[in-house]
Amino acid sequence: MKKILVVCGSGLGTSFMVELSIKKILKELGLNAEVAHTDLTTSKSEAADLYLGSKEIVDNLIDGKRNVVGLKNLMDKKELTAILQANLQANLQG
Amino acid sequence: MLNLIMKDVLGTPAILVGLFALLGLALQRKGLTEVVSGTLKTIMGFIILGVGANVLVGTLNSFGAMFEHAFHIKGIIPNNEVVVAIAQKAFGKTTAMIMLLGMLVNILIARFTRFKYIFLTGHHTMYMACMLAVILATFGIGEIQTILLGAVILGVVMALFPAMLQPFTKKITDSDDFALGHFNSIGYLASALVGKYLGNSEKTTEELKVPKSLGFLRDSSVSLAITMTILFVVVGSYAGSNFVETKLSDGQNFVVYAFMQAIAFAGGVYVILAGVRMLLAEIVPAFKGIADKIVPNAIPALDCPIVFPFAPNAVIIGFFSSFIAGLVCMFIFPQFGWLVIVPGLVPHFFDGATAGVYGNATGGRRGAVLGAFVNGIIISILPVLLFLILGGMGFQGSTFGDSDFGFIGVILGKLGGLIFH
Repeated sequence: MKKILVVCGSGLGTSFMVELSIKKILKELGLNAEVAHTDLTTSKSEAADLYLGSKEIVDNLIDGKRNVVGLKNLMDKKELTAILQANLQANLQG
Repeated sequence: MLNLIMKDVLGTPAILVGLFALLGLALQRKGLTEVVSGTLKTIMGFIILGVGANVLVGTLNSFGAMFEHAFHIKGIIPNNEVVVAIAQKAFGKTTAMIMLLGMLVNILIARFTRFKYIFLTGHHTMYMACMLAVILATFGIGEIQTILLGAVILGVVMALFPAMLQPFTKKITDSDDFALGHFNSIGYLASALVGKYLGNSEKTTEELKVPKSLGFLRDSSVSLAITMTILFVVVGSYAGSNFVETKLSDGQNFVVYAFMQAIAFAGGVYVILAGVRMLLAEIVPAFKGIADKIVPNAIPALDCPIVFPFAPNAVIIGFFSSFIAGLVCMFIFPQFGWLVIVPGLVPHFFDGATAGVYGNATGGRRGAVLGAFVNGIIISILPVLLFLILGGMGFQGSTFGDSDFGFIGVILGKLGGLIFH
């Protein structure tokens, strides 16, 4: 199963809320993935298939290997849905 | 048997919060494996909290000793995690009960009044519950009364503080979809008002160019380690190598010792946050699930970084302005014979940045700078006042950092002093 890691500054509030929205969207889309949330430091040593978070934060994770997507508006369901569809469905085929 | 249930089972805070998680998971009709793992993880989160607290107490004791030897006054480090973690030993059960019932009060207020806000920033709910448990304990009104009074106050602030900020939050986000649920509301309100009366909303911060290289500050454990290293090494140097090496470090070089203590402090906070994260992972979704079912048109009140993307420049400007205010206060307070409050990068970052966003929304650049500066003064003064009330309870020279804890705590402390003594 694919793993999505949501990242924010302290890994408590924001990333948690985004995780809850992602779980809801996945359910609506009928997709399956493991979703977790954490802080920036921990995320650097945690493997995941997709790293999500606000752009200024997850930009720190870009190293050419990780699959990182920065969000503009953390509460925008449409943006999240598009990202999840693009990443999870593409990954399933590949 | 009753004694076993009341004292050993429900009286153990870790088990008590584990039971809340169990209840939440069962209400959401989760499968058996999820119920078991969720419950165990919640209990483990609570225990991790205590482990982190032990690390912190050691480093804070040595910091306190160095500070007092160097300056002959007490220095306070405002840090919510420290106070909460230490307080769990004596106030764990009351905190857990206030938190749970406070969430219920929040749901009831949202259901039956026009304040439709559901406060979803779980760690702040927990910290506020803890602050209330500690303050109300000084009233000496009995455990059940303490829990009920605490829960009502908690539920009311969970619904009203986001409501108080909503006119400004709407201005920032251009929508009524979510509110700000972060217990530094007094600081944000002040910033928005300062911006409104002293600023000029025509000239927004977002037209300015701000260097991107400051992004590493978002990594809380890194910024915390940096601040603490500077603090420990500076204070250690003032205390002198002789004092540190004979009294504290057992002969280890004082700079090396100070450096290690600083990193241990940041490590301790990291451990506590990991514990809090595990602790809340099941409770918050349960709370949200129940609220969604019971409260039509509920508006979620969310953690402060939620407004950052709406004004990224105001975030950086607000942080610096707030931090500078904190430094100014640190140097000015001793002139008045007050306690010294050490400005923390973490509270000034999150609170200052958010204050900057609010100040910018009402008063542009000038609003962001002045509003965040006022916020910086507020989060310097209120923790000192709160410390004076909490101080006797032995939280190792630490206190809550954000303004609402100080605001509510000081009011309650004063009221309690008038009514019950």
